[in-house]
Amino acid sequence: MQLLSAFAAGLVFGIGLILAGMTDPAKVQGFLDVFGTWDPSLALVMGGAILVGLFAFARAKRLRRSLLNAPLYIPEPRSVDKRLVLGSLTFGVGWGLGGFCPGPALVWLGTGEAKTAVFVLAMIGGMAIFELLQPRAR
Amino acid sequence: MIIDWPHFTPWASLAGGVLIGIAASMLLLFNGRIAGISGVLGGLIAFRQDQPRLWRVLFLAGLLIAPLAWTMVGTLPAATISADYVELIFAGLLVGLGTRYGTGCTSGHGVCGLSSLSLRSLVATLCFMGSGFATVYVVRHVIQASGG
Repeated sequence: MQLLSAFAAGLVFGIGLILAGMTDPAKVQGFLDVFGTWDPSLALVMGGAILVGLFAFARAKRLRRSLLNAPLYIPEPRSVDKRLVLGSLTFGVGWGLGGFCPGPALVWLGTGEAKTAVFVLAMIGGMAIFELLQPRAR
Repeated sequence: MIIDWPHFTPWASLAGGVLIGIAASMLLLFNGRIAGISGVLGGLIAFRQDQPRLWRVLFLAGLLIAPLAWTMVGTLPAATISADYVELIFAGLLVGLGTRYGTGCTSGHGVCGLSSLSLRSLVATLCFMGSGFATVYVVRHVIQASGG
């Protein structure tokens, strides 16, 4: 059941991204172009998602385990640190440059488009570099 | 600020956002997991052996199959990628590194984190939106405007 719900969640997530217009890098860059002609659509994507998510997280915080009896992995509140800020700033530069963030890039990879595949390979490369730079023993 | 009305798609974007919210809620309430795409993918390629992997594979398979499912009922919308291959490699590396150091992307911080009222996620979202705005400004209005 848990594996089925993970697959269904991925599928619904992907269809939502396509419907929202997030899989079109030109549209994403149109949203990021606040100093030019601005397309505010993607603010509504986040607004719509958060509207639903607020209820789910409020519910999850009162649960001990998930509805399918899995442990709940909800991040503990932590303080803001330099890694968070620098990492997020770095991500934003890549997002603006390519017009892809991780979710839409993976969805569009499903169409077999070559430029998207190059972006995804580079993104996985970036994640692998992160892993290599982590200290082995913690 | 000039609004780009011809490209503004309020209802489709709102509806897509609601679907994304439903999907994130499903993964949270049924699987107990955060639907942050960079985290799901990053956990898959992490070298730590204690990471459960199968749910990650299936969630990502759902994402990948979404265009195929879409074509069963309609035509896929266009996607215009203006960046060239070199820019895309650079962009991909920055997105991969940045989301792992920043512990999340648009979905993990922007949707799930803000839904759980996390201060870290609010700071992260402001950071990547801010640097995204700045990057597009430089690319469109400094480099391209000067004919570069």
